Amino acid sequence: MPRNYIARRIAKEFKDGMYVNLGIGIPTESANYIPEGTHVYLQTENGGLMFGPKPKRGETNPDIANAGAEPITMLPGGAVFDVATSFAMIRGGHIDMTVVGALEVDEVGSIASWKIPGKLLTGMGGAMDLLYGCKRVIVAMTHTDKHGNPKIRKNCTLPLTAAGVVDLIITDKAVLRVGEGGLYLEELAPGVTAAEVERLTEGTILNIIEWEHIEIT
Amino acid sequence: MAVQITPEEAVKKIIDKSSVMIGGFLGAAVPLIMLDLIAAAGVKDLTVISIGAGYRGGGVDIGKLVLNKQVIKYVTAHVGTDPNLIKQIVNGEVELELSPMGTFVERVRAGGAGLGAVVTPVGLGTEVEEMAEKIMVDGKPYLLFKPIRADVAVIKAYRSDPLGNLQYQGMSNTNPIMATAADIVIAEVDEMVEVGDIACEDVGTPGIFVDYIVQGHSYEERKNIYEELWIATNKL
Repeated sequence: MPRNYIARRIAKEFKDGMYVNLGIGIPTESANYIPEGTHVYLQTENGGLMFGPKPKRGETNPDIANAGAEPITMLPGGAVFDVATSFAMIRGGHIDMTVVGALEVDEVGSIASWKIPGKLLTGMGGAMDLLYGCKRVIVAMTHTDKHGNPKIRKNCTLPLTAAGVVDLIITDKAVLRVGEGGLYLEELAPGVTAAEVERLTEGTILNIIEWEHIEIT
Repeated sequence: MAVQITPEEAVKKIIDKSSVMIGGFLGAAVPLIMLDLIAAAGVKDLTVISIGAGYRGGGVDIGKLVLNKQVIKYVTAHVGTDPNLIKQIVNGEVELELSPMGTFVERVRAGGAGLGAVVTPVGLGTEVEEMAEKIMVDGKPYLLFKPIRADVAVIKAYRSDPLGNLQYQGMSNTNPIMATAADIVIAEVDEMVEVGDIACEDVGTPGIFVDYIVQGHSYEERKNIYEELWIATNKL
């Protein structure tokens, strides 16, 4: 599975006119695949709306950067502002969609992404605000961890970043919707079977029976 | 009303055990010269308050104070970018006070605006509940956080006039908020201009909040410093 598969699949979720905040890594890469004719307003939590690609050398502005303090450009029509205004957008429900990575997600849409006791200490940054305030939350991640263990759990085992907020999970194996009562399989990645997704997912997939007859092409 | 002083004079306002707010965002729009001088002065047992621990890899922004072991407590939303700081936290050398980023910002704003608390739903259902008091408003649960203030705030702006009116360019990020929330506010600027050169509608922080202004690197110097950093870290 090519690395950009997940990023390309995220991009199908962009709808014209959306205000979107993208997490670092694969979510940010998805901006490269925004469909032709779809205009999405990208927000960055350090204080920018409608930012564009990296500048060329010599054309940077030391105070125009993304949330990782890396250089970006502002597009015509863009705006810059302080971080209180930025989080008013985020917490106040003005952002249509966020796409974030995760360590674990569970069948009720809770997400763990900021802490592994005794192993990983980063602080939550803006993740809790984004997950609380954005109207639609998409998690993009590999389906299993590097040891092959499921990252989609019945209940998250790690400290939560937010409880019951995730709408859609996009992985290298499948697309799963968090819906009424649990998880629903929406799509299989090329070459992946429903049985494989079920085996690699700890949370219960409620509609798995409907998928069992589907032939892989 | 602000007074222009040299960075060397300004750094004397920070003493052992001071609480110090540093404006900027993970290394961007930070007061570069003042950070160098605070590190050189060697003042210790500082409580440092900033939104995140500097540029990825450490050693930049407040990372300089971390390398010098000048920090005894760090109040922030994120430490993941500075491996040196994480090590000091794990070793118990630095006490860590975390809050979600939007909450952190509002705590500073509350500190500057004379408010008694920040009341927010963010963090409910997570470990953050243990960092705050849970209260009910109109039958709905919220977390109550206390305001944050500092002895000294060191912030970064683009230009200042002699009255201390500050103009920002690019993302002002935490700077205008921190400008309100300390007993002594020191603004490092690219350029000093005359009264009237900053149009009233371009004033990002009114001079009423600013005590001292120091001349920092020029805009062109800063542009070169950041381009070198970004090129060295494969970001440009």
